[in-house]
Amino acid sequence: MTAQSETARTWRRQLRGALVIFKKNAFLYYLKPPVLIFGILFPVFFFFTFKLGRPVPVETIVPGMAAMGLWFTASAVGPLVTPWERTAKTYERLISTPLSLPSILAGDVISGLVFGACLSVIPVLLGLGLTDASIASMPHLAAGIVLGALCFASLGVLLAAPPASGPSNIMLLSNLVRLPLLFVSGVFLPIAQMPAWARWIAPLSPLSYACALIRSGFGHTAFFPPWLDLLMLVGFTGVFFLASCYFHRKWRVKGL
Amino acid sequence: MKMEPVIEVQGLTRRFGDITAVNRVEFEVYPGEIFGFLGPNGAGKTTTVRMLTGIIIPTGGTAVIQGHDIGREPLLSRAHIAVVPEEANVYLDLTVWQNLMLMAELHGVSRHSRIQEAGRLLEVFGLNERKKQKARALSKGLRQRLMLCAALVTGPEILFLDEPTSGLDVQSAKLIRRIVLNLNRNGLTVFLTTHNMHEADEMCSRVAIIDKGRIAAIDEPEKLRSVISSRQYVEVQFADPEPDQAGLGALPGVSQAESESGTSRLYTKIPGRVAAEVAELAVTQGLEIVHLSIRKPSLEDVFLYLTSGSGGEAPQ
Repeated sequence: MTAQSETARTWRRQLRGALVIFKKNAFLYYLKPPVLIFGILFPVFFFFTFKLGRPVPVETIVPGMAAMGLWFTASAVGPLVTPWERTAKTYERLISTPLSLPSILAGDVISGLVFGACLSVIPVLLGLGLTDASIASMPHLAAGIVLGALCFASLGVLLAAPPASGPSNIMLLSNLVRLPLLFVSGVFLPIAQMPAWARWIAPLSPLSYACALIRSGFGHTAFFPPWLDLLMLVGFTGVFFLASCYFHRKWRVKGL
Repeated sequence: MKMEPVIEVQGLTRRFGDITAVNRVEFEVYPGEIFGFLGPNGAGKTTTVRMLTGIIIPTGGTAVIQGHDIGREPLLSRAHIAVVPEEANVYLDLTVWQNLMLMAELHGVSRHSRIQEAGRLLEVFGLNERKKQKARALSKGLRQRLMLCAALVTGPEILFLDEPTSGLDVQSAKLIRRIVLNLNRNGLTVFLTTHNMHEADEMCSRVAIIDKGRIAAIDEPEKLRSVISSRQYVEVQFADPEPDQAGLGALPGVSQAESESGTSRLYTKIPGRVAAEVAELAVTQGLEIVHLSIRKPSLEDVFLYLTSGSGGEAPQ
């Protein structure tokens, strides 16, 4: 067998392994209370907090709500899986299988991606059905949802790296990161209307770019051009995933 | 012709900060062996197993599993092994069947093979009627059986068992020992970590004893026992009146005498001659012997000797 075909076989095996991890995560963790609370209830309550009693046309907040739903749902799975498996002692079994750490983490990222992308369809459909919002560019909307989910899921997996005594500590940490970024990413208010200091911070948040793409998908004026959104989301995803591989390996022993 | 080892460990070391948990450990495991790995708590057993199974990365040395270096070819080395950790860590929210399928899929076992093999293993381990039950509903013994099934369904060439019968009821422990011995007869190499000396003595073809991170001895249990020949003893029990304990200790060839609950143990390198001396003493003093036997040191004696530094001859 040539070196090339051996490499191709290894890649196929690792990809299949990542999909097995995804299947396992979907089965075991999608309906766990922390995922439901931080992934679904949080954005719903944020929506009501933002909307009730304010004279804002509902259709203008649909893109922001879709982006916020995506942010919470896609990044909710990662912080649960690894800490949960460490506590349950199943993590040791996973890392003693012939799967590489990047494959295992890729499986976790796919879990967050699918969870986030599927659930973000709900606010989009509600927005389209119950308000005057309409889709102006399906490619922009789809790219915003898919790339955003991929990026946020990678962030979730990165947040799961620190060794913690249980999932609750990691969920706490993940909210410490997710909540501040939520307010500077143009979700509730377009970035152009935010104060100057917030406009400076907004480019540091991956949510800003996903939100801009989704806004563009709904025909709203976006703060960043779509090509920059795509580039930044791919870039953030790469950085988060590489950092995940590094830190999960570094803290593997401490977390056992 | 000498067989190629399936596990070859050279200078394997693991440090945690200033602490050296495993210090330049070296050993080989050959195909078809049950290799026992014994040691007191904190001796470095689990750390060694975790390094061999890819869970912990060594800080020094190397190990080769089925020709694949665990550092350079970790995926290939792990493709040949399966692990049953001490703590049954099955997925509690998956059914028995789903647990087996998951492990088989993670190891890349084809659909047809995994379904066929899982069905066969569930029969062997008496879990067939529980295949649709969630693992959460199983007792500790049944979970341990499931762990073993989940390891075997991956078709390993080397099976790592970490305290496989610890805390189990007698029947489950016996069943697991019997199945492991059967698998070994069919060619499976087993790396067994255990505290149970009786289990190691009964099952292992060779044992390594690790203490404070270093290998203290490696050999067949029988040879290890003979190494500490001074720990052989003559056990004797007299009817009343009993002889003076000092007199027994002064018999030729006796290096140490102990007495407990009316039974005396006379440690010696020449147990046959000491037994004869005891019989002669009984005759000359008109004593009645109730029990007289020669005892070789158990694996437990060897273990205690090697890990606590108590008397006897140094092992080779």
